[in-house]
Amino acid sequence: VSEQEQEVNLRQRLSGLSRLPLLRGARVDGEAERLERQLERLKAEATDEEIWRSVELARHPDRPYTLDYVERILDDWVELHGDRSRADDGALVTGLGMLDGRTVALIGHQKGRDVKERLDRQFGMAYPEGYLKAMRLMEIAARFGFPVISLIDTPGAYPGVAAEQHGQGGAIARSQAAMSRLQVPTVACIIGEGGSGGAVAIAVADTVLMQENAIYSVITPEGCAAILWRDAGEAKRAAAAFKPDAAHCLELGVIDGVVPEPEGGAQLDHDAAAVLLKAVLMEALAELEDTPGEELRRRRRAKFRGMGVFA
Amino acid sequence: MAEARIDVQVEHKHAPPPTDKKHPNTCPKCGSHYRDDELERALWVCGHCGHHFPMRARSRIDWYADEGSFVEELQDIRSDDPLDFFDLRPYTERLSEAELNTGLGEAIVVGQATLDGHAIELAVMDFSFMGGSMGSAVGEKFSRACDAAVERGTPLVSVTSSGGARMQEGILSLMQLPKTVCAVEDLHDAGVPMLTVMAHPTTAGVLASFASLGDVTVAEPGALIAFTGPRVVQQTTREKLPDDFGLAEQNLRFGHLDAIVPRPDQRSYLSRLLRLFAGRRT
Repeated sequence: VSEQEQEVNLRQRLSGLSRLPLLRGARVDGEAERLERQLERLKAEATDEEIWRSVELARHPDRPYTLDYVERILDDWVELHGDRSRADDGALVTGLGMLDGRTVALIGHQKGRDVKERLDRQFGMAYPEGYLKAMRLMEIAARFGFPVISLIDTPGAYPGVAAEQHGQGGAIARSQAAMSRLQVPTVACIIGEGGSGGAVAIAVADTVLMQENAIYSVITPEGCAAILWRDAGEAKRAAAAFKPDAAHCLELGVIDGVVPEPEGGAQLDHDAAAVLLKAVLMEALAELEDTPGEELRRRRRAKFRGMGVFA
Repeated sequence: MAEARIDVQVEHKHAPPPTDKKHPNTCPKCGSHYRDDELERALWVCGHCGHHFPMRARSRIDWYADEGSFVEELQDIRSDDPLDFFDLRPYTERLSEAELNTGLGEAIVVGQATLDGHAIELAVMDFSFMGGSMGSAVGEKFSRACDAAVERGTPLVSVTSSGGARMQEGILSLMQLPKTVCAVEDLHDAGVPMLTVMAHPTTAGVLASFASLGDVTVAEPGALIAFTGPRVVQQTTREKLPDDFGLAEQNLRFGHLDAIVPRPDQRSYLSRLLRLFAGRRT
């Protein structure tokens, strides 16, 4: 695909986005303009520095985490704990809440704010137990027809001895399979780090969104650098090579839209970030609402089965 | 008297680092050495200690499939380079090199065959093609093999051997996880059985997607089956690793496998399962 075709492609996606009711309000011009700027950046071949900036913002210690959004977006939130088998994984929270008057099931990775909480929540890296807990919530959602919202923010699934013994790979596979079976509307948004299998495990959704400064990648920049460059210090170059930023993910057809953040990044204004995220989630759900469950599932599978570029 | 010492440091500065890499036909367990034809006849299993050498996809297909029954499909699906990926070398160069070295177009070979007269669809991975890594082409070939199995109503026999997703395709390689998972779910919905044999190694993205979703899942003895391999677990967590960390034997003990089936028994094992899955009363 030539550079020009790529640009046309992205422009079409952007115009598709701006047709969303979400982008119709007063904010639209600003957001569309921002996306335009992203396009410009893409056209100008984003420098290593620019891509690295989104990596840094996605991992910013002041960035809002799942529960920060939950308290701003949902009413009557009830967190539901435990996988009914072995444990309650603090790296992945699940629960029910009201979004604008309707019940939704929410699944999200959760990082910690201070040292103790970070350790308790394993830096947002879930064990298989976390994905089992997520599947339990999906079951409830399916049974009662609640839409599923998942918020993704993890460096990756937990890489430990017990996690392996408890079946990390299988749990990630089965969590994706459970999402692909749902006959309720599902919306996923990457709100920080979308790290590899641990992220995609809860991201097989009808609509997949990324916040403006989030990243979505097959491996951490450090991990990629260690393997391909044999030097973890080459993380910047690795990130530039595999392009984990939202604009590139949109261009590659991996996500369906970009959620704007407050100027300078979500870490600067949690309230404003939550307002923007809530508006997009509501619009995304409204778009899916009238489609029969079976059709949602068929389309969802067809979408993911169409992903990839080959000759 | 002190011996005169010669400083050899300078000469050794550019010598290759010491390596314990043996000849590929030397058994890493017991040191027995074999010729290619000996190993091929023994299904690439050490006659002395039972170590399973890596088995190439074509050798395995020749052995699983009834003679002359295998018809390869989707040979033309090749990898592309959507990111213009360049690490120490361009991705396209790595692809051509893999093709030259393996004689394969990609890290998976798919097609239809019969096994003891049972019609099956085969999807066999080959670790020697870029570490069996899964990019868009591998994901597409595997998914279309699922579709072919559904269309013809024949069970899918899948053999995995992979280091995980192909990093050179960035996020698109990660998307092959949900892609192949969705393909397997379509297969499940159609009531078509899927039997999986995990060969060494089955790790990361392939373990975390279609490999784990078979109706029956078995592994070869000693195969590494882990989402995160021992080296990374050790480096990240500094935990002490059990001796059999991530091996098939540990996975069986923890309930992640139906059985460990040594290579010489696999054909009859698959044949028995195919008979059982075909034995539905209609």
